[in-house]
Amino acid sequence: MTNPAGRFGIHGGQYIPETLMNAVIELEEAYNHYKNDPEFNKELSDLFNEYANRPSRLYYAEKMTKDLGGAKIYLKREDLNHTGAHKVNNVLGQALLAKKMGKTRLIAETGAGQHGVATATAAALFGMECVVFMGEEDTIRQALNVYRMRLLGAEVIPVKTGTRTLKDAVSEAMREWTTRISDTHYCLGSVMGPHPFPTIVRDFQAVISKEIKEQMMEKEGRLPDAVLACVGGGSNAIGSFYHFIEDKDVQLIGCEAAGRGIDTFETAATVNTGKLGIFHGMKSYFCQDEDGQIAPVYSISAGLDYPGVGPEHAHLHDIGRAQYVPVTDEEAVQAFEYLSKMEGIIPAIESAHAVAYARKLAPTMSKDKIIVVTISGRGDKDCAAIARYRGEDIHE
Amino acid sequence: MSKIKNAFSNGKAFIAFITCGDPDLATTAACVREAVRNGADLIELGIPFSDPTAEGPVIQGANIRALAGGVKTKDVFDLVRDLRKDVTVPMVFMTYANVVFSYGAEKFIGTCEEIGIDGIILPDLPFEEKEEFLPICKAHDVDLISLIAPTSENRIGMIAKEADGFIYLVSSLGVTGARSEITTDLKDIVEHIRSVTDTPVAIGFGISKPEQAATMCKISDGAIVGSAIVKIVEQYGKDAPPHVGEYVKSMKEAIRDL
Repeated sequence: MTNPAGRFGIHGGQYIPETLMNAVIELEEAYNHYKNDPEFNKELSDLFNEYANRPSRLYYAEKMTKDLGGAKIYLKREDLNHTGAHKVNNVLGQALLAKKMGKTRLIAETGAGQHGVATATAAALFGMECVVFMGEEDTIRQALNVYRMRLLGAEVIPVKTGTRTLKDAVSEAMREWTTRISDTHYCLGSVMGPHPFPTIVRDFQAVISKEIKEQMMEKEGRLPDAVLACVGGGSNAIGSFYHFIEDKDVQLIGCEAAGRGIDTFETAATVNTGKLGIFHGMKSYFCQDEDGQIAPVYSISAGLDYPGVGPEHAHLHDIGRAQYVPVTDEEAVQAFEYLSKMEGIIPAIESAHAVAYARKLAPTMSKDKIIVVTISGRGDKDCAAIARYRGEDIHE
Repeated sequence: MSKIKNAFSNGKAFIAFITCGDPDLATTAACVREAVRNGADLIELGIPFSDPTAEGPVIQGANIRALAGGVKTKDVFDLVRDLRKDVTVPMVFMTYANVVFSYGAEKFIGTCEEIGIDGIILPDLPFEEKEEFLPICKAHDVDLISLIAPTSENRIGMIAKEADGFIYLVSSLGVTGARSEITTDLKDIVEHIRSVTDTPVAIGFGISKPEQAATMCKISDGAIVGSAIVKIVEQYGKDAPPHVGEYVKSMKEAIRDL
């Protein structure tokens, strides 16, 4: 699906400073070498299975299915991975690749903190130095994850520019990478940025859909009718979709953070409200004004609070292969509470966006249909923020 | 024919960068006129962008102040129309790819030609992506300026061979902003560039002092200064123009006779 220039249809590319060009070329060459290297793949697969607790469970949510009275619902439990989210899949892959390239230092951006925690974890495991850039606003929303990263030995730098959220953390990590390239790998956390990141991150996250497919055949003897996942940059979604892209009967649905609604300015639903642009190394859809100034987006979820979307998602949208639906803060919070009480599973507020749409979709489908919802992460990190949203002040 | 080469016909070139609309467009216009009056050979006008990923804190701050003041791309075009009543030195825009793309590349670059902008510098548009705008730039006689970095190595020849206007040689790793010393072996890079092209080479990033400009101009055709000027504007606000003029004069004097 990607051509040599890293394009997905018209999207993607490498819109970055000249200073970084040889670094991304070196990364692409290393990746092309190692992705087919049996030893590399054996090492990565051992890390996935022995360290990160893969394969993750595909759990039949029987109570939820009965409650909604429609399609059968399975939950892909990425929340059960080591570090509590899908982010570890990509990070183990990139950290191993960086190590093979002789890099000794990892830098990363993080929104909710899950990618930062995963990067700090891999750095600890591989004995690498680690610096994580996190919007100052997010360090407050996700204080627990800041502590986890520091506990794991990483330095966390609060980013005080712009909206002080994920977008600014990405910009600052890119700036840092231009100052120090020779020993440093930028461990980008989503299927975004310049080529080859959208492809590399997708390939490492594609283990999600590979497993869903195998587990679904084992449990049901057939493919699901729909796969749902939340989309910020879109890494757990592309991971959940990837091996189903050629199976045209499987509906692929990305759930975007609508914040206070797509008819307001306080939204982060890029495909629904953005337009084509060039930013953070890629051509894709972005929330922006008529002069191309990137919009200060908003979502209750720090992990989805990003004004762009990965280029492959933009392409899947263009060709109609996947659809992208908006889910508001209120719907996501309700789904967060619903899944906790209904199934005893506290999902990340990001993943709750996908659960919220499943609650709308399942009742419209007949009982012989099957939906898979990816629970991209666990919700412990969100409890304080959701309590606040509900008007309750708790101390962590 | 490129008008940009005129900037390199008066000894070593002093290239002054200024962010448009910081603190307002009238101040920008006055700063540009002062810079030109005191010897600036080429003016780089920064069109503010919300997320300038190649800039250090000083120019980031200028972008934020300009946007907070409500500057739009079309206002910057009007500024240039006004400047062109009396400013004859070459002028180029420095901004980010999305500013050009979102305005509509044909409309943006066509307007550049109409109002007398001679080139465009886009730090997030490397050689591999220049086809995005290059054919339109060529059609409108606007030079798309190429950047070469300390990490370009095997890419130098490829970039230099196709460069128009002048080559913007980035002095150091990292983002824009003053540096106490520049350690890159720039002489080798300039020699490599000169072995494949006659296009002038100007060095930018990190230059703030006259002696630094002189060092850079001994090995190249000009020095580009941004953050140091933007800092003066930040410090003096609407009263900045004479201070900018004085600074430009000291810089141009240091390099004029090299």
